[in-house]
Amino acid sequence: MLKSKTFVKKTRKGGVLKVVREHYLRDDIWCGSAACGECPQDKPVLEAEPEIDSSLCGFPHYLIPDTNVVLHQMDVLADSAIRNVIVLQTVQQEVRHRSGTTYQRLRDQSNNPDKNFYVFTNEHHRETYTEREQGESSNDYNDRVIHVATRWYNKHLQENRKDGDAPKVKVVLLTNDRENREKAQKEGLLAYTVHQYVKSLSGNPELVDRLAQVDMGESTDSDIKNESTGRVLFPEHLPLSQLQTGIKSGRFLQGSFMASRENYLEANVLVHGDESRSIFIQGHAHLNRSVNEDVVAVEMLPEDQWKCPSSMVLQDKDGDEETSEPDLGSPKARSNAIPSGRVVGVIKRNWRPYCGVLQPSGIKEATRHLFMPAERKIPKIRIETRQAETLQGQRIVVSIDGWPRNSRYPKGHFVRKLGEVGDKDTENEVLLLEHDVPHQPFSQAVLNCLPSTPWGITKEDLACREDLRDLPICSVDPPGCTDIDDALHYLEKPNGNVEVGVHIADVTHFIRPNTPLDQEAANRGNTVYLCDKRIDMVPELLSSNICSLRGKEERFAFSCIWEMTKDAEIVATRFCKSVICSKAAMTYAEAQMRIDDKNRNDAVTFGLRGLNALAKILKKRRIDAGALTLASIEVRFHVDSETHDPIDLETKELRETNSMVEEFMLLANISVAKKILSDFPSCAMLRRHPQPPPSNYDILIKAGKSKGVDIETDTSKSLAVSLDQATIPSEPYFNTLLRIISTRCMMQALYFCSGTLPESDFFHYGLATPIYTHFTSPIRRYSDIIVHRLLAVSINADKSFPDLLDKYKSQALCNNLNFRHKMAQYAGRASVELHTQLFFKNKVTEEEGFVLFVRKNAVQVLIPKFGFEGTIFLKSQDGRGVDSPFVFNEEESSQTAGDVKLRMFDRVVVQITVETSHIQHQKLRIRLVKPEVPGFSVPPVATSDKISEPPVKKVKT
Amino acid sequence: MCHKIRHPRYWLILPFKMAGLEIISDQGYRIDGRRSSELRKVCARMGVFTQADGSAYIEQGNTKALATVYGPHEVRKGRGKIQHDRAVVNCQFSMATFSTGERKSRPKGDRRSQEMSMHLRQTFEAVIVTELFPRSQIDIYVQILQADGGNYCACVNAATLAVIDAGIPMKDYVCACTAGFIQDSPLLDISYVEESAGAPFLTVAMMPKSEQIVLLEMNSRLHADNMEKVLDLATQGCKDVFAVLDRHVRDHVSESHALMTAS
Repeated sequence: MLKSKTFVKKTRKGGVLKVVREHYLRDDIWCGSAACGECPQDKPVLEAEPEIDSSLCGFPHYLIPDTNVVLHQMDVLADSAIRNVIVLQTVQQEVRHRSGTTYQRLRDQSNNPDKNFYVFTNEHHRETYTEREQGESSNDYNDRVIHVATRWYNKHLQENRKDGDAPKVKVVLLTNDRENREKAQKEGLLAYTVHQYVKSLSGNPELVDRLAQVDMGESTDSDIKNESTGRVLFPEHLPLSQLQTGIKSGRFLQGSFMASRENYLEANVLVHGDESRSIFIQGHAHLNRSVNEDVVAVEMLPEDQWKCPSSMVLQDKDGDEETSEPDLGSPKARSNAIPSGRVVGVIKRNWRPYCGVLQPSGIKEATRHLFMPAERKIPKIRIETRQAETLQGQRIVVSIDGWPRNSRYPKGHFVRKLGEVGDKDTENEVLLLEHDVPHQPFSQAVLNCLPSTPWGITKEDLACREDLRDLPICSVDPPGCTDIDDALHYLEKPNGNVEVGVHIADVTHFIRPNTPLDQEAANRGNTVYLCDKRIDMVPELLSSNICSLRGKEERFAFSCIWEMTKDAEIVATRFCKSVICSKAAMTYAEAQMRIDDKNRNDAVTFGLRGLNALAKILKKRRIDAGALTLASIEVRFHVDSETHDPIDLETKELRETNSMVEEFMLLANISVAKKILSDFPSCAMLRRHPQPPPSNYDILIKAGKSKGVDIETDTSKSLAVSLDQATIPSEPYFNTLLRIISTRCMMQALYFCSGTLPESDFFHYGLATPIYTHFTSPIRRYSDIIVHRLLAVSINADKSFPDLLDKYKSQALCNNLNFRHKMAQYAGRASVELHTQLFFKNKVTEEEGFVLFVRKNAVQVLIPKFGFEGTIFLKSQDGRGVDSPFVFNEEESSQTAGDVKLRMFDRVVVQITVETSHIQHQKLRIRLVKPEVPGFSVPPVATSDKISEPPVKKVKT
Repeated sequence: MCHKIRHPRYWLILPFKMAGLEIISDQGYRIDGRRSSELRKVCARMGVFTQADGSAYIEQGNTKALATVYGPHEVRKGRGKIQHDRAVVNCQFSMATFSTGERKSRPKGDRRSQEMSMHLRQTFEAVIVTELFPRSQIDIYVQILQADGGNYCACVNAATLAVIDAGIPMKDYVCACTAGFIQDSPLLDISYVEESAGAPFLTVAMMPKSEQIVLLEMNSRLHADNMEKVLDLATQGCKDVFAVLDRHVRDHVSESHALMTAS
């Protein structure tokens, strides 16, 4: 049967366009129920006798949720207790329209055979199609559509029972909208609210906690009455239509809300479409219930109300509903005021479930509790739970449901429990979840894609690869590395030139496109390194065995071989798939020893010396071109082999051999980038690093000035030069500190697909090269796998496949890789932080540190030995600071107390302890020891060792 | 059930998914309710005009086309075009001003309709047995009355019926159909909404009995691995169209026969 659907649509230009679409009604859409004897369906999704203990519905039944129930109560629907649900197409489409993430979760449910979720295409079903009446609102229409489908199901299941004796299966409509429910009940349908239904589930009392707190219709009134204070704390959010007109007219600006990590009352909004522009927001009312990462509409404040960031470190401490605001803005500092605004509405919430802990409550039997997220940018969340007692001291996951105007905190509900606070596995789990790192074990489907063991090289393999097994190839890696993905060789040629080869593990030989293994790797994006474990991108058999270029074993490689002059000028480049046999797998230290040991003269050592000489030329050339050498301190933990607790730590140290390997990897990446770009101008996967906007450097320039050093930041070259010159002989650590600060001024490097950007944007600022990509670590990065595939196609070693050449899919993949890369970095840092805490547990340590930033009420201190940064609060948090001897001088950013003055780069001695008074939120506490400030600094610990000198290079291998 | 925490998943948002439109659902239904290998409803009438030598009207879903055929007759304009061994086929494609959502006057000679006319000419020169009519000309005029995707196909199918109505001998029917490749699945007979999703699609005109392809056109790049799937689907589509057209022709002939014998 054919129906035509006619509607009017507004075009982008503002004109009105009539759209006519066909709408076919079918009679081959089945009901999906195993209890039905009529529909000729293969595998019915819904069970014939659904079992669930409900005191409200004591008969077998299926559930039909309406749109709002799906949108708000997804956590309940996702629970394994809820099964046999009919999802109407109308509901699914509406959910898709309203929230992408919920839609995705709903899809996951219907793809999971254990959940028995059936999607019924009701709008194309001949008997459930409902025509919209004239003047009917879309809400009423949707309600009616759902009623029609529910009624049809009831009738259909009753009339077409397969087994006459079986109890009748009924359909229960779940809706929280009172009007809708009453209308349905009038029509004789079974309709309940989710709350009624979930509370009636006698077998699953824990589900009640997962109910979201937003209530539609009836309960809103009582909610307001229940609220302890009837006061309205926040200004109203404007409706979306008003926001849109406002944005169009330029009165409002749309942007992403980025909460400040240091001060919960401050945030910046990055304006969309103009990436360099950000608007400063300060204070409860102006922040107006925005949560980190929301898309918001902002109204600019008049210039005389502009504020300046308070340079204060503030943490949300008060547990009550008070909104006492500490004095943030100092009117004197008007000259520093930056463009400020206030949030007038939220365009899109980007809430996700958050990990954290419950704040202990004073009253024992209370059901309303505050939840403290682990992420400092997220406000506390009020939840209702009856199991608070058991949740104390546990890491839990909570979702936000809404943020009413009269509530100081957003409201949410409990999702699940992770484990005990402080337990290392739980904490690891938390940081993996918080950074969205996929860390489940590999599924069977993925493992099935692995080659069978024992694995060996066959004749066919040799026929299509170059045999490079006789070359003196060796690999150099950090100690303990099991996923070796690169190896090198060096040969002198008769014509006076040299041959240099970089051999990369041929992972794409094993990971074929579009297999489950490939999809899993693409989703994971990269291997994540935590201090005590590694979350692999590909299963261990590949990463640590078959693909790893281990010493004295035959392996497949993808080789990039140059012919160079002895001055490191490339004469020719070629790429090939090969078979290699690494002669030695060395650590950096071992390689260094070989180079230095004059008595050794074997081929590998000879090669290493040659490579080292070339690398020095390459490095010099690169630095002359303006490549930056930046600094960050990385630490390694020595872990106790039994308890897995960190027992000692050292800062990573760099040897000549590190930079030798790095130089050739850079060279290989650049050569490959050129090759794939020339063969695939529109779909090559490359990596770019944009130049930071000049304002990013303000802090660096200011820091330099405080010591009388000028830093030039026009180009990467001038920055590199001025960083090199910025040394103060009396302060040997000054240069490193400057480099650390300049690292923070940089932009993120990004993967992108070459067809999506103009060629002028391809350049890599940090490496000072016009084009760059990642080719050298396919075991731990998915981008390299794509690059390998592209290169293989361009040298005719492999076939292409559709997704590889599709620039949109390629860019979508890049977006995922960029996201995963960022998250992997954050997770790695969080892991170091966690281990640092464990390391300092039950210890009082004194250590040397340097002042990195001076804030209004605190100084941030970097402790090089441990590579971490801590905050010393100089004043109480409300900023009034009557009890503190320190006086803040904003002009020269210093803090003075008596004759002691703290300025940037000053050397201090601090005492580090783990604050255990607050069991929920353990954190490192650092206190000032030197310079001594009476009444503020703490006396040195008598037993402590003498303060160590600026980081001594400890060699521990 | 392990609950998974999600951040925004940029990776799942494919760029060609239009806002609020899902070209094909997980259940395998397209926006208009068809499955991926189903044609739109085809309605046809032959002999709609009496003054022309042959004429036909076809509806493929919301795409509607009218075709008229004159000839074979002597070459009128441009005697230089005369072919001594065969007939010249002259095609003209046009779109009615009211054929789209917005009324728009469409000059006959614009690039798109010229191209379309040329494609039609190529198609019909290949199937009409032109050697039977040396030094003459056959005119085929096609107009799109309503456009909703697959304009060329509707034109070819209408013109086939009109040529048959005119009694001009053809080697075989020529049937046309489109097939697109959207969200990793091949879709048959794509409508305007599906066309505007920006994915590649293939237009095929073929002689269904011999499976000879008369015209093949692709609008954008499609990977060779997928080409076969899409082409197979389009071929099947052409055969399905043929079945419908053939039934209409036979019905029409038996109707006319009945009329003639009755009178």
